Amino acid sequence: MSDFLLTAFIYLAAAVIAVPFAKRLGLGSVLGYLIAGVVIGPHLLGLVGGHGTGTGVQDVAEFGVVMMLFLIGLELQPSLLWRLRVTLVGLGGLQLVLTAAAVAALGVAVGFGAKPSLAAGLVLAMSSTAIVLQSLQEKQLLKTPAGQSTFGVLLFQDVAVIPILAFLPLLATAPIIPGLTAGAPADHGISRLPGWAQAVVVLAVVGAIVALGRFVLAPVFRIIATTHLRELFTATALLLVVGVALLMEMVGLSPALGTFLAGVVLANSEYRHELEADIEPFKGLLLGLFFITVGAGIDFNLLAREPALIASLVVALLAVKFLVLFGLARAFRLATADGLLFGLALAQGGEFGFVLLGYAQSHGVMTPDQAAPLVATIALSMAVTPLLFVFYERALRPRFAGAATVSDPPPDSGPAPTGEHPVIIAGFGRFGHIVGRMLRANQIEATVLDHDSDQVEVLRQLGLKVHYGDALRLELLHAAGAARAKVFVITLADRAKSLALVALLRQHFPRLVILARAVDRTHAYELIRAGVEHVYRETLGSSLDLGVDALRELGFPAYQARRQSLIFRRYDERALRDLARVHDDKSTYFTRARQHISNLDQIMRADLEQLPEPEDSGWDPPPTGDTTRD
Amino acid sequence: MTAPHRVLVLFAHPAVQKSRLNVRLAAAACGAPGVTFHDLYETYPDFNIDVPAEQARLEAHEVIVLQHPFLWYSGPALLKEWLDLVLERGWAYGPGGDRLRGKLLLSAITTGGAESAYARDGHNRFTMRELLAPFDQTAHLCGMTYLPPFVVHGSTHLRDAAAIDAAAGDYRRVLLALADRRIVPGRVQGWPRLNADLDALDLAP
Repeated sequence: MSDFLLTAFIYLAAAVIAVPFAKRLGLGSVLGYLIAGVVIGPHLLGLVGGHGTGTGVQDVAEFGVVMMLFLIGLELQPSLLWRLRVTLVGLGGLQLVLTAAAVAALGVAVGFGAKPSLAAGLVLAMSSTAIVLQSLQEKQLLKTPAGQSTFGVLLFQDVAVIPILAFLPLLATAPIIPGLTAGAPADHGISRLPGWAQAVVVLAVVGAIVALGRFVLAPVFRIIATTHLRELFTATALLLVVGVALLMEMVGLSPALGTFLAGVVLANSEYRHELEADIEPFKGLLLGLFFITVGAGIDFNLLAREPALIASLVVALLAVKFLVLFGLARAFRLATADGLLFGLALAQGGEFGFVLLGYAQSHGVMTPDQAAPLVATIALSMAVTPLLFVFYERALRPRFAGAATVSDPPPDSGPAPTGEHPVIIAGFGRFGHIVGRMLRANQIEATVLDHDSDQVEVLRQLGLKVHYGDALRLELLHAAGAARAKVFVITLADRAKSLALVALLRQHFPRLVILARAVDRTHAYELIRAGVEHVYRETLGSSLDLGVDALRELGFPAYQARRQSLIFRRYDERALRDLARVHDDKSTYFTRARQHISNLDQIMRADLEQLPEPEDSGWDPPPTGDTTRD
Repeated sequence: MTAPHRVLVLFAHPAVQKSRLNVRLAAAACGAPGVTFHDLYETYPDFNIDVPAEQARLEAHEVIVLQHPFLWYSGPALLKEWLDLVLERGWAYGPGGDRLRGKLLLSAITTGGAESAYARDGHNRFTMRELLAPFDQTAHLCGMTYLPPFVVHGSTHLRDAAAIDAAAGDYRRVLLALADRRIVPGRVQGWPRLNADLDALDLAP
């Protein structure tokens, strides 16, 4: 137990110290974690083991990548994935083949041997999903053309791992080393099956995940939601991710790919934002842990023994991959700045590289002596990636960003493909849903949050996009896109919650325009005093409408009745804001309130009692004295 | 004899509770046989005009009367909104816009000033016909015949119940005559106002 606590303490302390430091220097969180890993790793402080030694930690850390892909899946509508198909297959496939070929050719040229060279090519063609996506997300580049292409290639690599694992044993030159199976995928996976059976298994698993997401998960989440136990929902979300990952591992597929798929299936679900909010902190921590283990895993002994070899390998790897990627980017008509980002982003080796290298060794494709420098090269290339991003931002983008597509989100900031909307509505009962329908009728989609799972289900069946969740959770607000929305509509009937939400929004999203429903006058005072400019007393409009009709029934001309109600409303809204200031002081409040009521009476009576046009209406010449008539 | 004309009175008064004269004209129009009386401010107090319903109503009548007080040398705001929305291009004017063609348009107006004030050398510098040019041209563009206006001048001076009764009676006579097609546009075309000399029109009461 204390051992666990000590380990946790070391990792957490390293992260808490290093990451803010790196952020302050503008280097991004990924580099911060990597540096933390190097510092606490076996070669500096020696507080934790290197790569592969603390395997428990390593497994947990790699789960961060799995969670990240689940979250990315949640943000990807299936339609967007379909639009990415050219990038995915074309760009991804060509990148893998060309990079592997180029690396293999280099390997053969320096006498590494044909088969190990080809294996090294396939291994090094992989890029680091974790580092690249985390960095792109942090810099808000994921939705740019370069970001989308990068993502497509990474996704393709994830899929490509499966055939590569099947292919690598064919390159064996030495007998299988039975002791060296650590880190290699379990051998009971589908790689033992014949090709057609593998295809069947893959399709069956994918189908199972889609069916699970479509038909099973929504009712399950609904039942869990009705318990109103937040931690139970979190547990269910984690269970889902862990379960899918486990299923994928059992059949020998990539867990990251499986959870990604589960995420995509759930992208249209009402529980999407709540799931995001639940998984996000776990993903962040585990991914940080993953980066720390990469940092700790850099073999400084090898680096010290052969600095020139490792350095040239790293440079060669980055250069070859960058050239291939940049060439492809241009062939696929990306702008220069986008192509540069795309090339630099994917130039490093990836975490799959470690797995494949372990597998290659255990199957006699490479000797440990051949593999060790490659492991160091991949780790170092991953470590310099955040620096390449900094280099791109500071040096390349200013020069090439004439095509400004890279830095800015897509110019058409209408409904974003990820489903982020300019309006968020919290509470979708009888008040909120009219607001939502009104906006929708005007082609404005709103992100709707409601905490009543039955209500959410009913509205979903009516075809309205409503998300389940407690709007008072900051993570949920982030997931719903509060940082980028323009307008936030609060229609919660619970006044305490409504006021708490106002406070939360004003603290974290001061730019949002808040429009709030007030359940009664006191609530309206409280909202005004909390700084809400747009306050709507829920019964005011209907009461005035009824008053208008009552006047009409009593013989008032319709337009006159209407004007009276408008005059009443304008005065009462002003009085409301005045009374909000003195609401606490009861005696002043009642004096002032009585004064307002009598003022209003006078104003309205004045409008009614105004005499018909006077004799000298001004349309005639001024009277000359004796022409007055009765 | 051909079928009688159907007459539509579009009444626009933003403050009927303050009107002495125009409401009396409205009352006179209200019960007249063959006359449809339509109160715009009563129907659309929030200015939310139902365009298809208004157009259908126009199509069902041959004579359109715009009855309103003369406010700032024009009609009340809702009447302008009505013109803006209802007389659509392609319906009332422009390509294919022939649905009002051949109808008669009459302005029935009460003014604050005396008739003498609406003259070149008067207080208001223009004649009523000149000031009503926008309505005249609106009718022309829609292929309608614009009749000389029915004007009751000096409403602010008209405190005498008998004079008001007379004006209301005249108005009713004109509306009935329009329904019976006893007013021939060609014969009155140059008149300053339709009610200048009702006897000359030879209208049976």
